[in-house]
Amino acid sequence: MKRIARSTLQTAVNLVFFAVLGTAVLASTYFMTHDAIVKSEEGEKLKLINQIVPTALFDNDIIRDTLTIPASELLGTEGNTVAYRARLKGEPSAVVLESIAPDGYSGKIWLILAVRANGELAGVRVVNHRETPGLGDYIELPKSPWIKGFDGKSREEYKDADWKVKKDGGKFDYMAGATITPRAVVKAVNKTLIYFEQNRVKLFAVNEPKKEETK
Amino acid sequence: MNLQEFKEITHNGVWKQNPGIVQLLGMCPLLAVSSTVVNGVSLGLATAVVMALSGACIAPIRSYVPNEIRIPVFILIIAVLVTVVQYLMNAYMYGLFVVLGIFIPLIVTNCIVLARVEAFASKNSALPSALDGFAMGLGLTAVLGVLGAMRELVGKGTLFSGIDLALGDAAKDLVLHVIPNYKGFLIAILPPGAFIGLGLIIAGKNWLNLRAEQKRKSTAPATPLTSPEAVQG
Repeated sequence: MKRIARSTLQTAVNLVFFAVLGTAVLASTYFMTHDAIVKSEEGEKLKLINQIVPTALFDNDIIRDTLTIPASELLGTEGNTVAYRARLKGEPSAVVLESIAPDGYSGKIWLILAVRANGELAGVRVVNHRETPGLGDYIELPKSPWIKGFDGKSREEYKDADWKVKKDGGKFDYMAGATITPRAVVKAVNKTLIYFEQNRVKLFAVNEPKKEETK
Repeated sequence: MNLQEFKEITHNGVWKQNPGIVQLLGMCPLLAVSSTVVNGVSLGLATAVVMALSGACIAPIRSYVPNEIRIPVFILIIAVLVTVVQYLMNAYMYGLFVVLGIFIPLIVTNCIVLARVEAFASKNSALPSALDGFAMGLGLTAVLGVLGAMRELVGKGTLFSGIDLALGDAAKDLVLHVIPNYKGFLIAILPPGAFIGLGLIIAGKNWLNLRAEQKRKSTAPATPLTSPEAVQG
């Protein structure tokens, strides 16, 4: 009995040793790569933002000039999202919003939009979607320039009835065989612009210096 | 480890016991990421690195691990190595990391890694174990690459699309549009394309094996001096 207990204990100690060793290796790798990971994630975000907000439009640290937006029906979001504010010489020039089109052909389509201070769209990109490859995926930029059709459009130029695909009497192109996808995107973009109109002042409000920073 | 051993281990991993088309282990990433050459080869290489490292790490400690807990210890070590690779890719190859995403952590569950550790590294010393892991990984990479090329070519008419994610923006020009204005053939990109492609590759390998055997049989009776085919074979 004693022998069994002894060998069990030995086995347990052995396993614990390897667990501790593994954790130590992981922890040190984490600390070694953490800065680089944060940097590359920010770089990637900035690359995406730069695609839709021309660099000439801002001179602030857009990655850190953020505003947390609560879930909104107009944006189609179910949780908090982050808006990035572009400012030129302190004046608000554009805001980057996340939005979700809930009614794509295969579920949600995640969008990122940049709206200029005057309500004009600076650009729209699809971040994530599950539309049929080769059919509904022309909303992605590498596949087709369709999404650039939103550039420069505003609710001043197009009234509510125009924010539809041409098949439904609106102003936006679509490709035959995949109408549901662009229909969902156009609708979501319009709703995001409505959200922008309703919250324009709030969106550009300068952040109060955060309490954490003064600590 | 002598040259003969080296040759044998490499030959086993890359061809004779190829994990992708002979052992048929590691199917999960094989089918999921092989939609393009770049994806397939990248995940294959990541797996090869993990397999080489896990062979090298586990072989030296094999005598200290009690038999009863060797599987949990091996899995623990493999999981640590995979996570390290994941951190490194996240830090220094972000674009590729985003593409491969969920499949990097899934290397842990890829049974080929544990299979080689259990079958080889737990019985051999560090250097041959590392080589075995790496050769097996290369074999898998080769299959993923070929399958990726087939699916990409048939499905999209391109080769090496997305290579800029792996090698930086400068590599963008390396993308080959083999068939211009190709409308695409969807099924090759979707999961069934992976099954069909894999089936074709396995059939191809079996055919090559069969042909090699027949050739050996037909040339065996002849002496090398009188038969030119024998010299070629």
